[in-house]
Amino acid sequence: MDLPSAAFDMDAEVKLAQSAREESPSAKPARKAPAGRQVFPFAAIVGQDEMKLAILIAAVDQAVGGVLVFGDRGTGKSTAVRALAALLPPMQVVANCPYNSDPKRPFPPREGAFETAMIPVPVVDLPLGATEDRVAGALDIERALANGEKAFEPGLLARAHRGFLYIDEVNLLEDHLVDLLLDVAASGENVVEREGISIRHPAKFVLIGSGNPEEGELRPQLLDRFGLSVEVRTPTDLATRVEVVRRRDAFERNPQKFVAHWEREANAIRRRIVAARRLLPKIAVPDAMLEAAAKLCMALGTDGLRGELTLIRTARALAALDGEREVTLAQLRRVAPPALRHRLRRNPLDEAVATTRVERAILETFGP
Amino acid sequence: MTEVASDAVASDVAMAATLLAIDPAGLGGAVLRGAPGSLRDRWLILLRQALPTGAPLRRLPLNAPDSRMLGGLDLAATLAAGRPVAERGVLAESHGGIVVLAMAERIEAGTAARLAAVLDAGEVAVQRDGLSLRQPARLGMVALDEGVSEEEAAPAALRERLAFHLALDFLPPGAAAEWRAGDPKDVQAARDLLPAIEAPEAVVTALCGAALALGIYSVRAPLLALRAARAAAALAGRETIEAEDMGLAARLVLGPRATRVPTQEAPPEEQPPESDTAEQPAEPPPEPPPDSPPDPGEGTDEKPDQPLDPAALQEMILEAARATMPSGVLAALGAQTREAARRAGARAGRAGAQRLSKQRGRPIGTRPGELRGAARLALVDTLRAAAPWQPIRRRDGKPGPLIRVTASDIRLLRFKQNTETTAIFVVDASGSSALNRLAEAKGAVELLLADCYVRRDQVAVVAFRGTTAEILLPPTSSLVRAKRSLAGLPGGGATPLALGLEAASGLAEEAVRRGRSPLLVLLTDGRANIGRDGKPGRPKAEADALIAAVPIRLGRIPSLLVDTAPRPVPYARQLAEAMGARYLALPSADSQRLNEAVNAARDTA
Repeated sequence: MDLPSAAFDMDAEVKLAQSAREESPSAKPARKAPAGRQVFPFAAIVGQDEMKLAILIAAVDQAVGGVLVFGDRGTGKSTAVRALAALLPPMQVVANCPYNSDPKRPFPPREGAFETAMIPVPVVDLPLGATEDRVAGALDIERALANGEKAFEPGLLARAHRGFLYIDEVNLLEDHLVDLLLDVAASGENVVEREGISIRHPAKFVLIGSGNPEEGELRPQLLDRFGLSVEVRTPTDLATRVEVVRRRDAFERNPQKFVAHWEREANAIRRRIVAARRLLPKIAVPDAMLEAAAKLCMALGTDGLRGELTLIRTARALAALDGEREVTLAQLRRVAPPALRHRLRRNPLDEAVATTRVERAILETFGP
Repeated sequence: MTEVASDAVASDVAMAATLLAIDPAGLGGAVLRGAPGSLRDRWLILLRQALPTGAPLRRLPLNAPDSRMLGGLDLAATLAAGRPVAERGVLAESHGGIVVLAMAERIEAGTAARLAAVLDAGEVAVQRDGLSLRQPARLGMVALDEGVSEEEAAPAALRERLAFHLALDFLPPGAAAEWRAGDPKDVQAARDLLPAIEAPEAVVTALCGAALALGIYSVRAPLLALRAARAAAALAGRETIEAEDMGLAARLVLGPRATRVPTQEAPPEEQPPESDTAEQPAEPPPEPPPDSPPDPGEGTDEKPDQPLDPAALQEMILEAARATMPSGVLAALGAQTREAARRAGARAGRAGAQRLSKQRGRPIGTRPGELRGAARLALVDTLRAAAPWQPIRRRDGKPGPLIRVTASDIRLLRFKQNTETTAIFVVDASGSSALNRLAEAKGAVELLLADCYVRRDQVAVVAFRGTTAEILLPPTSSLVRAKRSLAGLPGGGATPLALGLEAASGLAEEAVRRGRSPLLVLLTDGRANIGRDGKPGRPKAEADALIAAVPIRLGRIPSLLVDTAPRPVPYARQLAEAMGARYLALPSADSQRLNEAVNAARDTA
């Protein structure tokens, strides 16, 4: 949400943190985190095509909504999400803005000239042990203790603005944090009323969640926040498994060399995303496709319009990735399972066959 | 491994300590399963002795709060310094070494997920108490698993990531006498050699093929086996992985994870069909051996001078893994093992129940309020609230404490109440109407699970028939697991009511220990005819059931007896009284009505 200036109100005493804070400078860990830790490259992930496609689609069009990756242990769910950051082209922000605000709509609103900067699109991890004050932001205790000053220290939601917020084991996230996320994800802004601080700031992010269904189910309201939902399974054929182990082993033994080895493929994916983003606004959705999407959703009895909208948007993003000019039935069919499987009217014990239901409906609606 | 493991396995167990000292972060760690005792202590000493000097070995108590585990604000230092000072948690403090997890069988899923994230990332992400830090934590974990029954074990998310699964209870007595600690110098030399050791394609292929043949589906297992083999080669001072390294890895990593005997030699008719479907119904056709001997053309084109034959290696690995396969796999998961495990399980951990029942749930945040009665102070938040005012309050010039806290600053912890229920269905699966009742129970479980989305309740199912009681569905809120376990419900036979009640109260106690509120629902016609000892005879059977009911009443476990007999007998009512249960006659119960009754019982429990 873009904030009209009237929506920006804050306690007269509260000063917004104007500079991007480094990771809490005074709170020194005894050892420094290894600088520039290598991340397993996205391009080197074996198989798991649907998961990779969903992540690419979210990278092309953030408006598709979040991605939920649910499935077996040890399938590289979090590896894939963590590899996402390296794929995204940098974005322009107001320099040193803790909210990553867009220079076209600086926050807090300001007059006159200001510097801009290019930064990597944030992919922010929300770890399970996080406390609410760090998620939503709270009083900056350092400044309070040192100067008796009431300043707001932005939290993870501010840091994730215009980027991605990743929650591993999302089904184990504590309820009060889920409530907070649901509220912010729905409104696009984070409202903090704590300790005499009263502030609201924009917080629009793509939610990425992963988890193992054996650990418990996801609240339906949260499920609904995800545009796409992907099921991952352990590969069962030997060749794929051997390849997974070999690549993982090679990466661990020499990460630099491994990442360098995959650099060409990584660049190709980056170029594909950039090209797709450029193409996206030009992609037409023929009426026939709108109709087809509506028919499919009707056949499945999905709740509300969200399914239909996501289906179309996702198909457009895929068309852009494929370098097409308009959405075709092929794209619609391919994205229907991830866009719709979590929106079916729930028969709790039928959940596992949701994919089958979508596939059956595709066959019935569009033919083989 | 049904009785006592061989001496070879015992020396492997000691070897695991040395390997873990070589590559703690790569191997993830070990699960030491067994009762506490000298063997376990001795093993930990081996590990400590093998670790290079300065490598930490810390203990993480069960239920350590996040602030201790992950770290947070160091209050004393913060107040002294007048600026926030971070305190490292146990995990970050163990960087480069080992964390020992006490009572791992009771670790909650949320804690397990935090630990797993640290294992995966090799660092602790702290987003707490106003701090935002990443602290390195490349470490191994040793989970001390004192679980006795099959259901009581360290969380799967953790077991999956720890390479070695060591069953100490099966070791021969006096095994530790032969154990020798690895020399830290050798360990250091092996650490240096580790990166130089190549993993030939044939080795990877053989390990992956063997894992598949053993019914191990997670790809982490062969990866961990590979690292174990590499550590073993490094310890031997070799730059190549030899067959013996792989054999050791197979015994320590793959064998204990096996879910089936490789089919080449397995006697297929001994595998009871229901255990097969219950264990792995969602898995692909259980016939991987045909495709597991890998295509010899693959991989050999890259390295034409490949000296190793993957198929032969795989055979060797499977043979080695056999030494440590779980007894349940070797002997097929019979009702007898479950029965024995259940009996053992019912005895365990009474003290824990006492201690944990006082727990008031997880803190879920803070609120302003008055500090009195049972309210607990949220110290950090209170100080946080007081902090901004300090310069102002000091202006009065009076001498006073360093930090001036007034009533308006007080923040209290909000606790999440333990409203999460574990509904335990105890289903009489005997006799002719069994199928019918099982279907009802299944329907009710499904309906309850539908509610779980909002309530996060758990459901468990115990069925009793013939001479045994079986936990068909261990407590779960997962639809996936429920579906798998409920797929094949057996029925028919006599009525061992006492055994059913015992199994159920065991589950209920476990639920209480885990901080949940159990609710017991017994579906029966009350016609007990098998005693606790498994012998037929109605009077004895009825008396045994009444005795088995007592702990349920004494434990104040809310319960409901649903009498499904077409013509109810007075005994059922008597049993309900003995259990302290409500009595409900539902001669033609359908799952909808049953569900309503359960909901009513739960809401008033």
